[in-house]
Amino acid sequence: MPSFTAADWQAVRLTASLASLSTILLLVAGTPLAWWLSRTRSAVKPFVSAMVAMPLVLPPTVLGFYLLLLMGPQGPVGELTQALGLGRLPFTFAGLVVASVIYSLPFVVQPLQQAFEAIPERALEAAATLRAGPWDRFFTVALPLARPGLLTASVLGFAHTVGEFGVVLMIGGNIPGETRVLSVALYGHVEALEFDAAHRLAGGMVAFSMLVLVSLYVLNRPAGRRGAG
Amino acid sequence: MISAALALSRPGFALDVSLALPGRGVSVLFGPSGCGKTTVLRALAGLERARGHVRLGEEAWQDDARGVFLPPHRRPLGYVIQEAALFPHLTVRGNLEYGLKRIAPEARRVGLDQPVELLGIGHLMDRRPDTLSGGERQRVAIARALATSPRLLLMDEPLAALDAARKAELLPYLDRLHAELSMPVVYVSHAIDEVTRLAHHLVLMSDGRVVAAGGLADLMARLDLPTAREEGAGVVLEACVAERDSRWQLARLAVGAEAPGESTPVSSDFHLWARDHGLPVGSRVRVRVLARDVSLARLPQAGTSIGNQLQGTVEEIAGDEHESLALVRVRVGASPVVARLTRRSAHALGLAPGMPVWVLVKTVALMP
Repeated sequence: MPSFTAADWQAVRLTASLASLSTILLLVAGTPLAWWLSRTRSAVKPFVSAMVAMPLVLPPTVLGFYLLLLMGPQGPVGELTQALGLGRLPFTFAGLVVASVIYSLPFVVQPLQQAFEAIPERALEAAATLRAGPWDRFFTVALPLARPGLLTASVLGFAHTVGEFGVVLMIGGNIPGETRVLSVALYGHVEALEFDAAHRLAGGMVAFSMLVLVSLYVLNRPAGRRGAG
Repeated sequence: MISAALALSRPGFALDVSLALPGRGVSVLFGPSGCGKTTVLRALAGLERARGHVRLGEEAWQDDARGVFLPPHRRPLGYVIQEAALFPHLTVRGNLEYGLKRIAPEARRVGLDQPVELLGIGHLMDRRPDTLSGGERQRVAIARALATSPRLLLMDEPLAALDAARKAELLPYLDRLHAELSMPVVYVSHAIDEVTRLAHHLVLMSDGRVVAAGGLADLMARLDLPTAREEGAGVVLEACVAERDSRWQLARLAVGAEAPGESTPVSSDFHLWARDHGLPVGSRVRVRVLARDVSLARLPQAGTSIGNQLQGTVEEIAGDEHESLALVRVRVGASPVVARLTRRSAHALGLAPGMPVWVLVKTVALMP
């Protein structure tokens, strides 16, 4: 296997931490949102669903452009972060995390929502008549039954964050160690006509994606065929 | 004593019932699909929000006047539905322990061993729900509910999803439930067979209302209720085994006998011969006499295969579901027997209330 340069490794590490942190935040924020969407009969549900799904249809550059405006010095989010003493988000790692969470939201919320919707109401009612309160029911019945959805959501959220490019370029630019993630580094190699280096990164990402998806499908096989589980 | 007044309205359906159910034995809510019996059960459990009140003894689970509404997980009840609803991610043991774990140790009166033994599921403990048969799943669901030491057991058609063989397999377990645990049961059913087998108290429902409520024997003897129109209509009588005829494998049942003691009861309304199911003399049994198995005659019959001939008095005659049929209630001693005849036969016999008549009972179903 051709060796990675120190700069390549830096990009790999940066990408891995960005994707891990984003996935954790996505699960923390996406799980209650998905639960709410799966159980609510509220009139605002279609609007919330549409907002969540927006990144699926918008070109990443559109999303990145508006996030840049929002988080910029004159944007409302930018003014807030500066007032709180957090500084500006664009062209920082923190800004990338915020953008990734928004960009990858549908990839986490939708599988979770589908998994929660598939849980029969009677299972939750049975838990209630067995003295489990609402939180208890959620953690001991809903989450375990939504396990395949939770796994899919984590993997898709992680992989999609690894693969983002347009939003990163808009929000983060290309600062080594801060915002130069794999996809941007790859683009840099190609622009500089360093095709060997580009092959290392691109081939690595193909292998990584394949590995992740195969593990996902293996882990998410129906319980019956896996025996116990 | 369970008392409840429940009202709710939905498009196309209104429920307005008031119930006073005995604090022991099995109370069956009986009625056609859509009559609201499941909604009543769900409202008793707190799974459905109806207006009114629900009280178990002195304890108010719901009292709108005082703003009391306990959520389901704060009501000490067990709830079993048609589909069992076992947790697929837990083993049988995990399912049983799910409820038990949530009961404070000092409040555990039942535990795990008794329900496991009672429902015969000891050999299934490490199995997953998806590897169980329908009947086994339902037994686990009942044991799981019992393990929470409920003070009231609610059952919503627990046999409806099972075929006849599985039903027959589960029924004896249900019999043992009220025999061994002194726990009031409210049982929803639309099957008259289950009613006559299990009920002590019966609530007949129709269109979101209570049509009649009372002891099983009293209601089954009434001709003005929907139960009398059922194919399986007929009286249910309490009896005890008075004698066993080993030569013909028959048992003589003393119907309406008060004392169930060891000796043959002193007073009883009449005797019926039935197949001997091996129950010892003195055993208390429930006897079901279907209206279609009863014939009437003006004189005692000779040269007939019917072994049970009783002398009684016609009490009431009513029309049946079909124009051609009539239902006749005859009082034999203090016990009622209902016969289903053609109206032509009733006319030919000149039946009228007060008239003495001979009751010929062809078959008797015995329920231990």
